Amino acid sequence: MNTPEKTAPATRVLTVPAMGLVVLVGVSGSGKSTFAARHFKPTQVISSDYCRCLVSDDENDQSASADAFSLLHTIVDIRLRRGLLTVVDATNVQSGARAQLVRIAKDNDVLSTAIVLDVPEALARERNRHRPDRDFGDHVIRRQRRDLRQGVRRLSREGFRRVHVLTGPEEIDAATVELERAWSDRRELSGPFDIVGDVHGCREELEELLGRLGYALSRDDRGRPVGARHPEGRTAVFVGDLVDRGPDSPGVLRLVMGMVADGDALCVPGNHENKLVRVLKGGRAQLTHGLAETMDQLGRESEEFRQRVLSFCDGLVSHLVLDGGALVVAHAGLKEEYHGRASGRVRAFALYGQTTGETDEYGLPVRLPWAREYRGRAAVVYGHTPMDKAEWLNNTICLDTGCVFGGRLTALRYPERELVDVDAHRTWYEPVRPLAGGASTEAERPDASVDATDVGVGGPRPGLAVHTRYGTVRTDAGSTLAALEAMSRFAVDPRWLLYLPPTMAPAPTSAEPGVLEHPKEAFASFRGSGVGEVVCEEKHMGSRAVAVLCRDEAAAERRFVPGELGTVYTRTGRPFFGDPALRARVVDELRRAVTDAGLWDRLGTDWIALDGEMLPWSAKARSLIREQYASVGAAARAALPAAGSALAAAAGRGLPVDGLADRVARRTEQVEEFSRVYRRYSWDTDGTAGLLYAPFMVLASEGREYGDADHLWHMATAERLAEASGLVRSTRYRVVDTTDPAACAAAADWWGDLVAAGGEGMVVKPVLGARAEGRKGLVQPGLKVRGPEYLRIIYGPDYTDPERLEVLRDRNVGRKGGLAMREHKLGLEALERHARGEPLWRVHEPVFAVLALESEPVDPRL
Amino acid sequence: MLLTITTTARPATDLGHLLHKHPDRVQGFEQSFGTAYVFYPEATEERCTAALLLEVDAQALLRARTSVSTPDFSLAQYVNDRPYATSSLFTVALGRVLRSALRGTCRQRPELARTPIPLELRLPAVPCRGGADRARALFEPLGWSVLAEPVPLDPGLPGWGDSHYLSLTLTGTLRLSEALSHLYVLLPAMDGTKHYWVDRGEVDKLLRAGGLADAASEGAAEGGDDPGAHASGWLAAHPERAWITRRYLNRRESYVRTALARLAEADDLPEEAGDDPAVEEAAEERIAAPGRGEREPSLAEQRAGAVMAVLRAENAASVLDLGCGSGKLLERLVREPSLGRVTGVDVSVASLEHAHRRLCPGCDPRGRGRHRPLFADTAGGTEHAAARPELLVGSVVYRDKRFEGYDAAVLMEVVEHLDPSRLPAMEETVFGAARPRVVVVTTPNAEYNVHYEGLEEGRLRHSDHRFEWTRAEFTLWADRVADRYGYRVRHVPVGPEHPETGAPTQMGVLTR
Repeated sequence: MNTPEKTAPATRVLTVPAMGLVVLVGVSGSGKSTFAARHFKPTQVISSDYCRCLVSDDENDQSASADAFSLLHTIVDIRLRRGLLTVVDATNVQSGARAQLVRIAKDNDVLSTAIVLDVPEALARERNRHRPDRDFGDHVIRRQRRDLRQGVRRLSREGFRRVHVLTGPEEIDAATVELERAWSDRRELSGPFDIVGDVHGCREELEELLGRLGYALSRDDRGRPVGARHPEGRTAVFVGDLVDRGPDSPGVLRLVMGMVADGDALCVPGNHENKLVRVLKGGRAQLTHGLAETMDQLGRESEEFRQRVLSFCDGLVSHLVLDGGALVVAHAGLKEEYHGRASGRVRAFALYGQTTGETDEYGLPVRLPWAREYRGRAAVVYGHTPMDKAEWLNNTICLDTGCVFGGRLTALRYPERELVDVDAHRTWYEPVRPLAGGASTEAERPDASVDATDVGVGGPRPGLAVHTRYGTVRTDAGSTLAALEAMSRFAVDPRWLLYLPPTMAPAPTSAEPGVLEHPKEAFASFRGSGVGEVVCEEKHMGSRAVAVLCRDEAAAERRFVPGELGTVYTRTGRPFFGDPALRARVVDELRRAVTDAGLWDRLGTDWIALDGEMLPWSAKARSLIREQYASVGAAARAALPAAGSALAAAAGRGLPVDGLADRVARRTEQVEEFSRVYRRYSWDTDGTAGLLYAPFMVLASEGREYGDADHLWHMATAERLAEASGLVRSTRYRVVDTTDPAACAAAADWWGDLVAAGGEGMVVKPVLGARAEGRKGLVQPGLKVRGPEYLRIIYGPDYTDPERLEVLRDRNVGRKGGLAMREHKLGLEALERHARGEPLWRVHEPVFAVLALESEPVDPRL
Repeated sequence: MLLTITTTARPATDLGHLLHKHPDRVQGFEQSFGTAYVFYPEATEERCTAALLLEVDAQALLRARTSVSTPDFSLAQYVNDRPYATSSLFTVALGRVLRSALRGTCRQRPELARTPIPLELRLPAVPCRGGADRARALFEPLGWSVLAEPVPLDPGLPGWGDSHYLSLTLTGTLRLSEALSHLYVLLPAMDGTKHYWVDRGEVDKLLRAGGLADAASEGAAEGGDDPGAHASGWLAAHPERAWITRRYLNRRESYVRTALARLAEADDLPEEAGDDPAVEEAAEERIAAPGRGEREPSLAEQRAGAVMAVLRAENAASVLDLGCGSGKLLERLVREPSLGRVTGVDVSVASLEHAHRRLCPGCDPRGRGRHRPLFADTAGGTEHAAARPELLVGSVVYRDKRFEGYDAAVLMEVVEHLDPSRLPAMEETVFGAARPRVVVVTTPNAEYNVHYEGLEEGRLRHSDHRFEWTRAEFTLWADRVADRYGYRVRHVPVGPEHPETGAPTQMGVLTR
């Protein structure tokens, strides 16, 4: 098939890879452009004339050729990198020109096809004569034709996988093009699959495993298994290395070949099959790594069987892309750029993995950790490297659990992602080195680290674009770098950070006289976006605290950080308690509360993440209260009386200072009111004594997040916890129908009572929960309505002066709302990714983006 | 907000001439940020008191935000001590309203302006983090007798102690102009954290007011309204002169620093002092080792020297300075001829800007066609590559392709700034992914801390240090890392070795 094919001018069907390069070869006037236009989409065809025109405004300007081809090569390179079929419409009669194109295709790991259009010289000349813009002489065509004739025989050796030669205008006109998918492209198969790790001749274990997976074996008249079928039509997929080392490689081959032939299984080759093919073809290879045993065993089989083995193994495709592209199976794994591609290095990677060229102390090759850097959306299932345990790492999993070395034979049910395994019946072959430690046996799992590019750093321009269910959220350069510094220097281990609380917008500025925020506007806002029922929750004035609590160390090790039981972190991801001993006590107390409230069983989980408020405010914000608030009070209390007495003395002298003195007196009162606010939220704590945690939302537990749970459930859960522990405080709340004016008014009164008693205010949330949607999709998860006294510590002691209040009414709430919404989307995305068990970097990306957005210059007083 | 100036020089009401403000009038002077009033609570032959009262208009201040450079951008705009404390804003008002008095010009009574008179200055709330001692150290050498009483933080928060304000009374016999220029220069210096300059040239003006024109480097044009132009140059002779000038010149902002401040604020934390290596060095200098001669190089210099020696011994041709900070080590690295490629990495853009200023004088990172190192993603390769190291914003706890391909990496005084829980990520980034042939790690030796006077037991050398290791702890860590990632490790002490506690800095050289 690698030789030029000549056939009668009937309808020639030219097969062309659906993803790859097509090089048209023919003299000027041979009809390449016409041919291309007939068979391919305009965007698929890149013509040298067009490129010449782009760089010179004249498609015949030969002086622009170098630039034109440079552009052409660039476009071809980009298109092939993006996996697009690309047709080059240029004469391509010289081998040098073709070689460059083939090189580009190889660099992008796609196949090249040449289509030669061979027309009589006279016809070409005639056609050119009808084109006034082609004024070159006939000798040009003659020379092109000579080059073509010389080259055409060598084409297949130039690296083209296929060469189609069409001779004469009739054959050219009659030809049709048929796109052929890559052999590895089996996206139409959606399983369900049972993917089986390296068998290495362990037939007994394979039979047992298939049995456990629910396959019914069929046997030949000698009782040997020759097929297996799953009653529900599942398909087995073998990751290769069926042979060598083990006791019965022919038996394994017989079974697998039978299953593949019957359509019950798929199979990719392993490096052992590859070597076996070389030997069976008569090539030379050292009979090491168990190949000797296989040749021995095959020697007892028939020649016919050996031939079947050869043709089976030789016909295996390097890797398979399945289930619409969501699943890739390759023996040694495959990096994302190689999925669905075809080239020598793709095959080498799939069979042997990527090695550093170095060897370890056992003389075995050191493998590059491609899986640690894998960032693809497709799950990659592979084998090749014996591990003591199969574990997911960045959406990849190695199923080789060393059965032949006395380990286990493992299968993965897909899409269920369940592991099924059987123990080896014995150690069939002594391993050279101990099985690679499964990730969890080490203190640090390999996916504990995140790449700089995962957080938008390290590229030409810092920044993230996080794709969420509700749209893409971007971060800019400055805030991304600020987040990098904050996250690197201050945050807890990112494995704990499954979520950062989004900022919350206030209700639109109130029209009521004397107040900036009032429940009325919050109700109106939700009513306006189509939310009927809302819940009003008392707003505790403390510090935001996310608590992640594990039932036991096993849960922490599996999902978070080994050796710990939980953590409490702040809204920017810092440890809430600087003192590890205090953190441990709080975590223990909260875990006890979860246990006593029966939540582990109720939620079917061994860990839980809560969002809430830690009181008192002074527990964390003590130095802020001191620096930012109490200091202002102190300065005022020192300065205002001094000013007052100076003014009094001046008044005593008859100087006109009345207005000034009045203002100083008023400031004195306001500062006292101001001080009362922060004092109320400050009290002493000693260890956990005095601390109160008010959870208002269950964020997540094993395998699920609670964005869709309604707030009444969240509140009830918080109440259970409060009943179970003195450390936990429940939250007062009430449900309000925003379309019922009486209910709204009653709720406003309730708010009035709260703030009159010194409360910060309340938060109004859609009852349906964080994922509640309104007329235009996702709505704000909550709007805060803060009390007028509380706002003194936000807007200053004197903000209630009418002229100040007037100015403050113009505050830009909209921008804050936009920010809150973007962060809300990111928060939901992070929880969703975590619930799906996605790799750390995927969870960390939206979390990091929240931190970046928090550093953006949006008025934080809002 | 308030300053009272009392004199008992007879006739005391001549104070009105000196201040150019009539004792029987209440005068208001509009400022962009409020109104300054001058009035006289008492005015008799024996005793006359003038009061300067600044009533800050918060709204006006906000309107003037574009012209007033505020280091804090949000909460503090509304909730701040400016209306009450003698902040630098007050100083600005002082300089304007009492300009002539400050200059010592007095047409009616020129001789009085030149005569020291008995004075009592009262300031009820002066921000001064150094406490009463600092105030005395600043004013006593100038001939004042100082009564400085700390203002209690809040009677409603018992147990919280005193605030950082002083109620300050200065008494002495001085020329009025001199007295005012002392306040004009020293009040902002005492107020360490927050300054509200009306324009950038303000710094220069203040320093000139103290007679220190040289220190006001950046070369603002000589202004005609310079209030301190005729001051006597007392600052030049002040024993605390170095401290005072440093307070003025050490302030710089960067946009990322501001963004970080916002994050701290989001977390209810006061603004960070920042992870400025200069601060750290100063700290180590402050608690200088015993018996170090004047001529001996500082510990920081010895450390950098030791790192250079290791790199030479290991024949490193390219080096990655991880956590390069403001570029002290980079400065040496780029001068080393055997190093073909030098790259500095830091997680702080502010530090890198510092390093950039240090290494490329006169080169504006945002300027057109200039060296633009900060967002570079690949190796330099420019004609300046040798002289100008590449600078990358990056983090040792995020794996980074850009760190690969170097012979050596240096982690000089970096690991102790990481939370112990983040060390594995750093190890993975450096030893697992970047895998240079040589990794040099230096970190404080905690055992040596007992020799630092002024460092309380159990305290760390720098506020951002998350831990300081004993030699045994460092060895344990280095051995574990070496074992896990296939390196060999050797330990080298840096600095004067003590027989029992070892050297102040410990250095581990990991090679593979």
